[in-house]
Amino acid sequence: MTALPSSRRGWLKAAGASLLGVVLAGCDRIAENPKLVGVIDAAEGLNRRAQRLLSSRRTLAPEFSRASISRDFRANGTTNPADADYRALAEGGFADWRLVVDGLVDHPLSLTLDQVRALPARTQVTRHDCVEGWSAIAEWKGARMTALLAAAGLKPTARYIVLHCADTFDAGAPEGQRKYYESLDLVDALHPQTLLAYEMNGETLAIPHGAPLRLRAEKHLGYKQAKYVMRIEAVDSLDHIGAGKGGFWPDRGYERYAGI
Amino acid sequence: MTETAVAAVPRPRAASPRKVLVRRHSLAVRLTHWVNAVSLTFLLLSGLQIFNAHPALYWGNASTFSDPWLATGAFVQGGRLVGMTTVGGWHFDTTGVLGASQYHGVWQVRGFPAWITLPSEKYLALGRRYHFFFAWLFVINGAIYLASGLLSGHFRRDLAPTRDQLKPRHIWHEIVEHARLRFPRGEEARRYNVLQKGAYLGVALVLLPLMVLTGMTMSPSLDASFPWLLTLFGGRQSARSIHFICANLIVAFVIVHLAMVVLSGLWNNIRSMITGRYAIEVEETAP
Repeated sequence: MTALPSSRRGWLKAAGASLLGVVLAGCDRIAENPKLVGVIDAAEGLNRRAQRLLSSRRTLAPEFSRASISRDFRANGTTNPADADYRALAEGGFADWRLVVDGLVDHPLSLTLDQVRALPARTQVTRHDCVEGWSAIAEWKGARMTALLAAAGLKPTARYIVLHCADTFDAGAPEGQRKYYESLDLVDALHPQTLLAYEMNGETLAIPHGAPLRLRAEKHLGYKQAKYVMRIEAVDSLDHIGAGKGGFWPDRGYERYAGI
Repeated sequence: MTETAVAAVPRPRAASPRKVLVRRHSLAVRLTHWVNAVSLTFLLLSGLQIFNAHPALYWGNASTFSDPWLATGAFVQGGRLVGMTTVGGWHFDTTGVLGASQYHGVWQVRGFPAWITLPSEKYLALGRRYHFFFAWLFVINGAIYLASGLLSGHFRRDLAPTRDQLKPRHIWHEIVEHARLRFPRGEEARRYNVLQKGAYLGVALVLLPLMVLTGMTMSPSLDASFPWLLTLFGGRQSARSIHFICANLIVAFVIVHLAMVVLSGLWNNIRSMITGRYAIEVEETAP
């Protein structure tokens, strides 16, 4: 008995592969059906509510010893913004950089890096959890968000804090949705571990990790930790920012709360 | 030849076995069994999609990127993509399945292949949505199963091994009988055998709860609320590794479970998990 002629074997393989392709495409069409995804999305509300319920506004994320600091903290997302205005600021050592705080605040601010460094600070060794699945530990020093927001004076109508970043992440997206941004509920913005970090592992924050200023919100996943922060805006609604879901990745299907 | 000869000889005391239907599974067990089966299927497929986002596993709190204990990857050799799986320093060529596989005829670098991930394309955000939806369904369903099992006495009555079943000689006997694919019959088939009890209890009370707890440990928010989870599992990356290992053990259980369902009477088993009735053969007692 001879083996199947290679052409016939090849045909069988090709037929099997294309049948599999049709089946998978069908499965994907069902799995990605907007109505079904709408039902599946109910779980995100449950996640957020359950995590809020189980975590008081003072519950701290675990902190680690300096000995556990990762030697290979991976820089993800944008690692060197190509935007001309950012490049100019970086070349000038961020001397001309200003942090703008505006929106629903009593006293809009425009702060130099030294002014941010002069705000009440906190140092913490925490774990960064990427949505991809990996973790890395670093020591962060930064201005407490509570102190910054107190200086600006939140209006009673403010419900969210939006962080606008310098880096264009999706040049092909519609106008207004190209740059990275993130947002925090007030309860998370006012959490004691929520910092605008300018130091990592005792050194000035480097460009791959978000120089000159990045967010640390330690009860959330890595994509929440916005880098290259330029502007902090207090708003009462997220509808008109980006695509309206409260963050660059949330606009692209990820959860805004990002607690798991 | 010998076999036909033996078969031709009438059995001594030809007591004709009579089939009777006994109540095997309660409604709660049947419902939770099928919800569990559906949930675990979706959890596995979407879980592999999530694994593919970073197909490497570590021990401890943080990732040591240069030294995962398990990883899949790919490299180009002679103009074609070679899939490689590394486990504890051992390398295996797994082209086509792990590390590198085809998606609509195009070779891709990916951990698990498209035919076993949900969705089939690389789509972490949607994989996560499915995973969390079915995780909630799985947890609620599991809680109903545990509560009804405790309240109805199902665990104590049907799943806890009896004293005689725990004797080493009996356990060894069951292992030998299972290896020969000879399963308990008659009155003995009214109850679970000791290997069944051990497997069911191990999955329901150890593996599945471990999946929930290690899954929770991967949440930065829940780690803040329950820091003891990190102590229990030795860190977030250890929890991710244990989550993966337990998922593999559950798959191994399901493969054996399905094989046993087929080998010990496919239709009888399936009927018992749908209608609750299970047929056993009882000896006709002479008047």
